Amino acid sequence: MSLLDVRDLTVAYGRQVAVKGVSFTVGQGEVVAVVGESGSGKTTTANAIIGLHPAASGEVLLNGVDIAGWSQRRLRSIRGHGIGLVPQDPSNSLNPVMRIGRQIGEILKIHNYGDRADIRRRVIELLTRVGLDDPERRAGQYPHELSGGMRQRVLIAIAIALRPGLIIADEPTSALDVTVQRRILDLIDDLRKEYGTAVLLVTHDLGVAAARADRLVVMKDGLIEESGGVREVLAAPASPYTRRLFQDAPALTARPYKPFDAAAEPAIVVRDLVKEFGPFRAVDGVSFEVRRGTTHALVGESGSGKTTTARVVTRFAEATSGEVVIGGDPAGPRAFRRRVQLVYQNPYGSLDPRQTVAAIVEEPLRNFRLGDRTARRARVRELLERVALPGTLLGRRPAELSGGQRQRVAIARALAVEPEVVVLDEAVSALDVTVQAQILTLLEELQRDLGLTYLFISHDLAVVRQISHTVSVMSKGRIVESGTTNQIFDSPREDYTRELLAAVAEPVR
Amino acid sequence: MTKYLLKRAGQALLVLWAAFTAAYILLQAMPGDSILIKFQDPELGLSPEQIAKIREYYDAGGYLHTVLGFLHGDFGYSVDTGTPVVERLAEGLPETAKLATCAFVLAVLLAVLIAFGSAYSGRLRGLLLAVPSLFISVPAFWLGILLIQVFSFRLRLVPVIGGTELQQLVLPVLTLAVPISAPIAQVLARSIDQVLTQPFVPVVAAKGASRSWILWRHVARNALPPTLTVAGLVFGELIAGSVVTETVFGRTGVGRLTEQAVNAQDAPVLLAVVVLAATAFVLVNLLVDVLFPVLDPRLAT
Repeated sequence: MSLLDVRDLTVAYGRQVAVKGVSFTVGQGEVVAVVGESGSGKTTTANAIIGLHPAASGEVLLNGVDIAGWSQRRLRSIRGHGIGLVPQDPSNSLNPVMRIGRQIGEILKIHNYGDRADIRRRVIELLTRVGLDDPERRAGQYPHELSGGMRQRVLIAIAIALRPGLIIADEPTSALDVTVQRRILDLIDDLRKEYGTAVLLVTHDLGVAAARADRLVVMKDGLIEESGGVREVLAAPASPYTRRLFQDAPALTARPYKPFDAAAEPAIVVRDLVKEFGPFRAVDGVSFEVRRGTTHALVGESGSGKTTTARVVTRFAEATSGEVVIGGDPAGPRAFRRRVQLVYQNPYGSLDPRQTVAAIVEEPLRNFRLGDRTARRARVRELLERVALPGTLLGRRPAELSGGQRQRVAIARALAVEPEVVVLDEAVSALDVTVQAQILTLLEELQRDLGLTYLFISHDLAVVRQISHTVSVMSKGRIVESGTTNQIFDSPREDYTRELLAAVAEPVR
Repeated sequence: MTKYLLKRAGQALLVLWAAFTAAYILLQAMPGDSILIKFQDPELGLSPEQIAKIREYYDAGGYLHTVLGFLHGDFGYSVDTGTPVVERLAEGLPETAKLATCAFVLAVLLAVLIAFGSAYSGRLRGLLLAVPSLFISVPAFWLGILLIQVFSFRLRLVPVIGGTELQQLVLPVLTLAVPISAPIAQVLARSIDQVLTQPFVPVVAAKGASRSWILWRHVARNALPPTLTVAGLVFGELIAGSVVTETVFGRTGVGRLTEQAVNAQDAPVLLAVVVLAATAFVLVNLLVDVLFPVLDPRLAT
């Protein structure tokens, strides 16, 4: 008998059916990865298993008992006790106004673990087990005093507190830096071996799934496309969708490096850039050059100063010292805005929800008084065509677009005033692999056709490897190493770069 | 933290000074002459010289003198009764403080009942959420009269005159509390809804927590800060509401005193009332500011 046996599970949001008759099993101590893009129904499936979203039909057998029809009151005995949950986003998954210790102790208290002293002891034990230093002090801290990785460790401590037979880990590492990602996955692996806990790993990251799971379940549009042992599926994917997913995942395919031509003139020159916030030095003497028509990537973990550098380059923040020259000569503030445009990470947040697509793309043209109304309208149509969006979207608002479409709108807006330089701050990080691949291809086309220069800020080395000509690796406000993408990826000189690369290159078991 | 508190306290003092000065200037500019109203009565037989002397006695010193007096706790003399303003305030203040405190507590209780009641969902939700709009559209004087009609005359539960202190307090407190509870309930209900959509809520549910556990141990404290802000703001309405309530129910108090002082154009009393109200308002909002970092540790840094 399997530990978890999901049979023909269907889940609906109102009239919309998100999961359409899904069946799979998880054995004792097994790791099963549910892989798919956003909207594939993978998270909904996970939530339905613990009854956080009611199942419309089907069975969820836990140790042979069907819990799908259980009342919320009855499910409470299973939650935390039989099934633990490691949620997606460590930054928002802890109550911001409650101390860490209490949030861990709470699960013990709910399930009547013991008296105060017992709970207190177990909390410290758990904090120690998930690898947090100084557990006594951590227990008294609030979530905002901990880093993302530390918070995820706390959430894991909560999930394992009562040693459940199954842990559902919903994108447990997607919000974390690569090196932290690896340590968290290692921790989950260790605990699994130690306790014999089974793990249902929900992820969009095929690299993670391939390296950590025993079996794969590939989902698309609420249906299972394919499932089977990791090795078998990787070696010979049966469904065309799975094949495309593998192709689009930058981590799993090695493309040739982009050729770099050092002869071109520099479009961006940054010299000895320093940015201080009070006593804290966020950027500490950064220098690099970007040749016209090429892509330079700034990579590093959060807190490395890469985004601050981008903000200074785009003049959204003022440098404490040092200089930034774009396009060869200093430009006035307005001329500068035409030369340099920015595309943000979050296409949801950077578009005004009340504006239509047409108004969003037209706005920079109006701000710079470029052309009359008819000329502007024609230009907007041309720009949408340029980013491969159908003209029928002109009257839509951001909420009615998909993530990929939104990012295309943001790119069209950035291109409206014909900039020389586009700064892309984690511009594809929030997108699914397939959409990500499409946007990256679009960016490459635009660069080729319009001679654009990109400054590409990213923590995702696989993406960087694909799109950039040259790379600077940043850590703690300094550039650790820089060179052509080929040099950095194939013959890194610094330990830090090697550590970053090692964290990405997940070996397939 | 200390810097934050000092800044808030400084702002509070500034607000107090501004309220004092604005009230002073406006009362000076008020048309009509309280001295003449009071002393020109032919029966008193005062000569113009004597009236001029009386005027000098009340107006003595001007702005600076009045400021210094207030700083020493000397609020001058009531034109209406000739007694020190402090005495008249001391008469009304305890009564009003009792009324206002009870009303505020009741308003908060009502708000919590409505907001958390609606958060437990079910069929009552829509109905409960309509209550604040109803409450806020009820004028206090009408509610007061209605309550007297129903509870005193019809049901004879509370005597109109006399009765125990509690009996005397029930209806005025209710009259004052109802309109004030509306905005608090509204904001609290909204905050609760907003907090319930946050990702940490399903995480708590996944620990096996019940709806009540989630609401009282997690949502409540997160929903409190915006509600406190509103509670601090409606405190001002409490002061205004006490004027109507005390008049309708014939109670002594600062509200009643205000009404009498307005009729008599008793500027010294009015100035003292304004400063008193402003002080109470500023103190309450200062307390709110102090509570904020206590409730949300993220603000303490």
